Amino acid sequence: MTGVNDDVPADGRELLRVEGVTKSFPGVRALDGVDLSLRAGEVHVLLGENGAGKSTLIKMLSGAHRPDEGRILVDGRETVIRSAQDAERLGIATIHQEFNLVPGLTVAENIFLGRQPRTAFGLVDRRTMRARAAELLRRVRLDVSPATPVSELGIARLQMVEIAKALSLDARVLIMDEPTAVLTTEEVATLFGIVRELRESGVGVIFITHHLDEIAALGDRVTVLRDGRSVTEVPASTDEDELIRLMVGRDIAEQYPRQRPDGPGAPLLRVRGLTRAGAFADIGFEVRAGEVVGLAGLVGAGRTEVARALFGVDRYDAGTVEVDGLAPARGDVRAAMRAGLGLVPEDRKGQGLLLDASLRDNLTLARLDRDTRGGFVDRRAQRREAAAVAERLKVRMSGLEQSARTLSGGNQQKIVIGKWLLAGARLLILDEPTRGIDVGAKVEIYQLVNELTAAGCAVLMISSDLPEVLGMSDRVLVMAQGRIVGELAGEEATQDAVMELAVRSPGGVGNRNESAMEGSDVG
Amino acid sequence: MSAEVLAAPGSTPGQWFTRAVLRNGPLGGLIALTVVMAVLSRDFLNGQNLLNVGVQASVTAILAFGVTFVIVSAGIDLSVGSVAALSATVVAWAATSQGLPVVVAVLLGLAVGAVAGLVSGALVSYGRLPAFIATLAMLSVGRGLALVISGGSPIAFPGSLGRLGDTLGGWLPVPVLVMVAMGAVAALVLARTYTGRAMFAIGGNEEAARLSGIDVRRRKLVVYALSGLFAAVAGIVLASRLTSAQPQAAVGYELDAIAAVVIGGASLSGGSGKASGTLIGALILAVLRNGLNLLSVSAFWQQVATGLVIALAVLLDTLRRRSAR
Repeated sequence: MTGVNDDVPADGRELLRVEGVTKSFPGVRALDGVDLSLRAGEVHVLLGENGAGKSTLIKMLSGAHRPDEGRILVDGRETVIRSAQDAERLGIATIHQEFNLVPGLTVAENIFLGRQPRTAFGLVDRRTMRARAAELLRRVRLDVSPATPVSELGIARLQMVEIAKALSLDARVLIMDEPTAVLTTEEVATLFGIVRELRESGVGVIFITHHLDEIAALGDRVTVLRDGRSVTEVPASTDEDELIRLMVGRDIAEQYPRQRPDGPGAPLLRVRGLTRAGAFADIGFEVRAGEVVGLAGLVGAGRTEVARALFGVDRYDAGTVEVDGLAPARGDVRAAMRAGLGLVPEDRKGQGLLLDASLRDNLTLARLDRDTRGGFVDRRAQRREAAAVAERLKVRMSGLEQSARTLSGGNQQKIVIGKWLLAGARLLILDEPTRGIDVGAKVEIYQLVNELTAAGCAVLMISSDLPEVLGMSDRVLVMAQGRIVGELAGEEATQDAVMELAVRSPGGVGNRNESAMEGSDVG
Repeated sequence: MSAEVLAAPGSTPGQWFTRAVLRNGPLGGLIALTVVMAVLSRDFLNGQNLLNVGVQASVTAILAFGVTFVIVSAGIDLSVGSVAALSATVVAWAATSQGLPVVVAVLLGLAVGAVAGLVSGALVSYGRLPAFIATLAMLSVGRGLALVISGGSPIAFPGSLGRLGDTLGGWLPVPVLVMVAMGAVAALVLARTYTGRAMFAIGGNEEAARLSGIDVRRRKLVVYALSGLFAAVAGIVLASRLTSAQPQAAVGYELDAIAAVVIGGASLSGGSGKASGTLIGALILAVLRNGLNLLSVSAFWQQVATGLVIALAVLLDTLRRRSAR
C-alpha cells in the first residue's frame, strides 16, 4: 500500500505485524483471523463497533492475552508477549481507557512507577526523577509541576500523564484506546499535535477512536474490525459513510437522523436567572415540547453543573426553574422527578446504573415508589414494565435478570434511558449520552430521541461531540465559563460558530475549567 | 448427592465437586460441614442435638438478619450486641423492677432497640459519620446504658417471658421458631418491600440511587432502625434463655452476626445479600461450635477453627463471583 497518505515515510519499516490471530473465550470467539501491520512513522486507526474485538487485540499486544492461533511479529521476528513487562521490553506501550495511575502519588512518581531513578545508595533520586519528568511534561505540553499529586488532575491531564509515561519508556509502538473520548476539542488538538510529533520521530501509533472525523485528520491507514474479523484495510482518507458501512456491515442512512418537529409546542422547561456562585451565573432558556436543545461548550464550562442543579442534585443560589408549570423545590431530586424531569448522567457506570443489579431492578428503579402498594413492591408489575421497555429499546440481553455490568456500553445507556421512560419523564436531560458508544448504538439512541420528541417530550442534550450536538439539536445553546454566551439555530449552527462562542471569554465567574474537570473526573 | 445426575458430560468428579461447591456456596458448605461432623461424632446427627444447634444459632441469626439489611445497603452495624443487651435490660427493668405489664415492657424494649438504631442511622445519614464510627459509638453507649439501668447486675426476667426460652409441645424450642419467623420477615423485607429494594439500590450504587429518586437518607434511618429492632428481639430471646437480663450479655455478638452475613454470601461493599444465606451462615457457625464441642476440642482451638471457616467461606465466595463474570 503506497501512496496512501503523503505523510507516511516511504521507507516506513514494519514494526509490528499480526497474522491470522484467533482468540476464544468461553462461549465467544473474540478474534477470528485478524491481520494488522504497523509501520514506523504511521498512525494506524483501528476501527470497529464495541465488541468487534479491538480491546482483545490490543490486550494481546500489551501482554494481557495470548493468541490461540496466529503469529505476532515484532521487527519481523515472531514473538510471544507473555506479560506487560514483555511488551514494555519490546517497546510497546499501551494507554488504556481506564488509566493505570496511582491517585495518591505525584505526576513524576507515576511516570517512573517501578523504574524510579536511584541514587548511589539505592534510594529514589527525586531530583533526577523530577527533572526528567519535567522534560517529558514539556514534550506533551502539560503545564503542571512533576510534584503535583495525580488525584488533583482532570481527565485530560491524566491522559497527558499517561502519554508522558509512554514516552519515558521510549516506546516505538504506542497503542491508544479511545484517547479522545473524554477530551474537549481544544485538548484533542493538543493531543493530535503530540501524536504527529511522535509519528515524525518514527513511532508507530495504533489509534482507536469512535470519532470518524478524527480518522482523516490524524490517520494514515485504517483497519476495520467487525465481529472479531479484520474486514479490510483502507486509507484514512476514505469517506465517513464508507467507513461506517464497513464497520457495521450495513448502510446507515444518516449518522444523525434527526427528524425535526413541525413546530415546537408549549414550553416544558423555563429557566430564569439560574446562578450558583463559582459554577454558573444568570442561566436562562426555554425548552419546548418536541424540541431537542443542545448545550455545547468546553468541558468545565458549567454545563453538567447546570444539569445537576435543574434536576435537584445540587442546590442553586438564585433563579427559578419551572417545569410544565410546576416549580420543583431546589435541591430536591424527587420534586424534579415529579415535575417530569429525568437525568441521564455523564458517568453512566458511576451515577446511572446499579452495575451488579438486574436489568429489571435498574429499569424500574426510578418508579419504585409507584410500583409500591402499602409498602410492598409489585414485582410482577416491575417485570412486565421492564420487559416492555427493554423490548421497545431493543436492548440486547439474555434476560431481565442479567446484571447491568455485562451489557455493552450502548445497551447500558439504553437501560438508563429506559429507566426514565418508565418513570414517565417528559423532559430528559442527556449528559454526554453517546460517550464511548459505538456507531450502531448511537444511531439507535438518536432514533429514540426522535421518538420521544415526536411523542411530545423534550430533550436537553449536553455533548462535547460537536457533530452530534449540531446534528441532533434543533437549537444549540453555547456555554462558556458558567454563562450562556450564545444561541444558534439552523444554518448559523456550525462547528466554527459554536467553537468561536465556546472559547470566547465573557469574564464571568472566573476560570472554572480546573475544578469542573475534577468534578467530572471518575474515581 | 448424586454426581451422576448433576455432572456435565466429560467432567471429572473433581471438577464436578469444585463447580458444585462454587455454585451452591454457603448451602454446600453447610451440608459438607454437617457430613463431616456426622462422620466424626456419633452424637452429632440426632434430632435433639440438631435442635440444640438451632437454639445455639438463634440469637446470632436474629442479630444477623438485622445486620443483613445494613450490609446490603453498604453499611455496617457494630452495635447490635450492645443494643440486644440494652433492650433485654430495659424489658427486665420495666417488668421486674417497675412492675409494668409484660406486654408493655416488651414493647418498650423493642422501642429502645429501634430508637438506638434510629440514632445510629441519623448519625450516618444526617451527621455524615462513617457507619463504622457511628455504630461503634452506639456499641459503647448501649452497653453503658445497660449497665447504668441494671446497676451492673443481672435482673430477673419475668416468668412468662421465660417460656420464650422453652420448648413448644415439649420438643420444639421457641428460639428456633422465633429465628425462623424473623428470617421470614427479613426475607420478605428484602425481596418485596420498598425499603428492601431501596437497600439493594443504595448498596449497589448510592449515587445512582439518589439520582433515581430514592430518598437515601431517610431509607438509611429505616435500615438502622430495623437492625436495632432485630437486635432487641435477639436480646429478649437470649435473656429468656438465661432467665435473666444480663448487662454484660452478648458481648462480641456483633462480630458473629457480621460473620454470619458474610459467610451467607453478602458482600461488605453492599448490593447483595439474602436472608436465607444469613441463616445458613449462622447455622454454619453453630454447627461448627456444636460439633467441635462434641469432639471435645478446646474452646481455644474452636476460635481458630471459626476464623478459618470465615476466611474460607469468603474466599470461596470471591472465587465464585470471579468465575461468574
